[in-house]
Amino acid sequence: MNVNLLEIEDLRVIYKTDEDTIYAVNGVDMSVKNGETMGLVGETGAGKTTTALAIMKLLPERTGFIKSGRITLDGIDITRATEHEMEAIRGNTVSMIFQDPMTSLNPTITVGRQIAEVLQLHEKSKSSSEMARSVDEMMELVGIPSHRKNEYPHQFSGGMKQRIVIAIALACKPKLLIADEPTTALDVTIQDQVLEMMNDLKERLGTSMILITHDLGVVAQTCDTVAIMYAGEIIERGRVEEVFDTQIRHPYTSGLFGSIPNIKVTARRLNPIDGLMPDPASPPDGCGFYERCPKKMEMCGKKPPLFPTEGNGHAIRCWLHGDCARRGDGS
Amino acid sequence: MSALLETKGLRKYFDTPMGTLHAVDGVDLAIDGGRTLGVVGESGCGKSTLGRTILRLTEPTDGQVLYAGSDIARFSAQRMNAIRRDLQLIFQDPLSSLNPRMTVSEIIAEPLRVFKITGGRDEMDDRVAHLMKTVGLADRFANSYPHELDGGRRQRIGIARALASSPKFIVCDEPVSALDVSIQAQILNLLMDLQEEHAISYMFITHNLSVVKHISQEIMVMYLGQCIEKASSEELFANPLHPYTRALLAAIPVPSLEARKKRKGTIKGEVSNPIDPKPGCRFAPRCSLASSECAGEDIILRESGAGHLVACVKNGTSS
Ligand SMILES: Nc1ncnc2c1ncn2[C@@H]1O[C@H](COP(=O)(O)OP(=O)(O)OP(=O)(O)O)[C@@H](O)[C@H]1O
Ligand SMILES: Nc1ncnc2c1ncn2[C@@H]1O[C@H](COP(=O)(O)OP(=O)(O)OP(=O)(O)O)[C@@H](O)[C@H]1O
Ligand SMILES: [Mg+2]
Ligand SMILES: [Mg+2]
Repeated sequence: MNVNLLEIEDLRVIYKTDEDTIYAVNGVDMSVKNGETMGLVGETGAGKTTTALAIMKLLPERTGFIKSGRITLDGIDITRATEHEMEAIRGNTVSMIFQDPMTSLNPTITVGRQIAEVLQLHEKSKSSSEMARSVDEMMELVGIPSHRKNEYPHQFSGGMKQRIVIAIALACKPKLLIADEPTTALDVTIQDQVLEMMNDLKERLGTSMILITHDLGVVAQTCDTVAIMYAGEIIERGRVEEVFDTQIRHPYTSGLFGSIPNIKVTARRLNPIDGLMPDPASPPDGCGFYERCPKKMEMCGKKPPLFPTEGNGHAIRCWLHGDCARRGDGS
Repeated sequence: MSALLETKGLRKYFDTPMGTLHAVDGVDLAIDGGRTLGVVGESGCGKSTLGRTILRLTEPTDGQVLYAGSDIARFSAQRMNAIRRDLQLIFQDPLSSLNPRMTVSEIIAEPLRVFKITGGRDEMDDRVAHLMKTVGLADRFANSYPHELDGGRRQRIGIARALASSPKFIVCDEPVSALDVSIQAQILNLLMDLQEEHAISYMFITHNLSVVKHISQEIMVMYLGQCIEKASSEELFANPLHPYTRALLAAIPVPSLEARKKRKGTIKGEVSNPIDPKPGCRFAPRCSLASSECAGEDIILRESGAGHLVACVKNGTSS
């Protein structure tokens, strides 16, 4: 099926703190097809988690607001859904693996019970022995011996807690799984198993996924499409083949590829992109990457570059590329 | 020259309802001044516990921790407090390690106050401002609370706090895992610069093998509480001997699509159990080379070439 399960149009999210208004997401357009995995990559603070929280409608109350835009998930406009409707959507249609595993586990309940509680919500008819078997299966699936199910979260290592969180999210068998840095706390062999497991889920159940990560290696190994985020905007997107196998990239994306420590090279110093992201409390007029861009031109500081809102081809939000460059010349 | 920090037969066991959990099980290591030891290994193999035991944030079950020659595992609380400022930790999980009710500047100022490092208010403010600048945190975050910041900035707060007391030895527990590659590279460069300037020693715990290769002179690979291989950084990557180390290196995700096609299956099998382990190689149940020699007796670390230690009876002979 080639239908969009998730479609986001011109999403804008702000946080209101005591002192400032933080412009966290500034006009994001993206879509995820049924059964596809999209990698969402970007610098810390780019707005990846905020975008995910907006889809879940779990932005912090009284500080986080969807200012405008539309989020259509499985045919329903999330931005208009009531909290009551959202409760049914979360878990059944979409579930999320949060970035910080420690805060999403209840410290006073054993991990086995926490998995069972989620299973119960979705498979009410199961007998208690069937339930116990499912819990064991879920734990083994993420590589934790099931006899440890009667232990509490603090008795597990960081990576083990993360795997339990993953087990809980998978137990819901959602249509869309949003995984926020799901393997950051895991070693590469377990990471490999977890990604394999998520891939398997995608193949067996047709689950769509948004994989938030800063590991371009993980994207290359598991994603169908990729969106690169910078300062609250998607600055490049396309199929992984288009973004990885090319020299035509957004200067920020080039910088990202250049920052990766290379296992084959012995140079000790790394090559980060100099500087920091613009202050999200006062976004610049022109391109968000202007200050740090090695290829900046005068116009980049004045006018934000354009970006196609439709189509799924390789798109780059930069005055140097594609439509943007042509339209820039013409105007 | 003797090492700045050394452990001998260090053990940390936890009592659990199912038996004794061997989190750290007889680890010997030595780190010289101004050098970095990388520690890698499967999630749950005891890396964080090793770091916390060395810093005596948790009491060792057995063994020695020698700092500048004295066994701090036997120090009284009072003597320990006197040297605490020398030994710091950067945490794996920034959010749960930062006090949510303190602002960024209060968090960074805390060690300055606790260790009575600065005199007046002005000096304190200067120090905090300087530390924030060092780790790349803009001034405007001074009065923010940790939950208002993104993961990368939170980790910078943790680093600034650890640096505040001018330590000689820092356990870095996954300090860059929460960061994107660009910021990660900035922080790694920063940690290396600080090391050069102040001759700080690091024990650098990470899952990211390309990171550990960059930052460490020596690398130790752990499996279920034990050191199973140790070598210089170049040697380990050029010539990994232990089957687990090999599996680990093979599993590194490469940012290219070619690698995607020729993905090799990594280690599978029964998940290892740290509770009351039987004598013998702990990796054997999952090892494709395992045979009867691998069970029954503990496998000791043996030298295989200059400075390259490995605990494997096969010694990486077949593959
Ligand atoms: N509760 C909040 N209150 C105020 N500002 C916030 C809040 N949560 C996030 N922000 C700000 O919104 C911006 C986007 O943050 P977000 O957490 O979405 O980034 P991210 O891309 O997920 O980063 P990371 O890779 O570090 O997780 C940042 O500038 C952050 O400081
Ligand atoms: N307070 C505790 N009580 C009981 N068991 C514990 C405790 N702390 C850690 N453990 C156990 O000790 C073992 C080692 O844990 P540790 O946190 O040191 O692993 P790690 O190598 O740092 O893993 P990760 O890479 O996932 O952070 C694990 O089996 C863990 O469950
Ligand atoms: Mg995030
Ligand atoms: Mg750990």
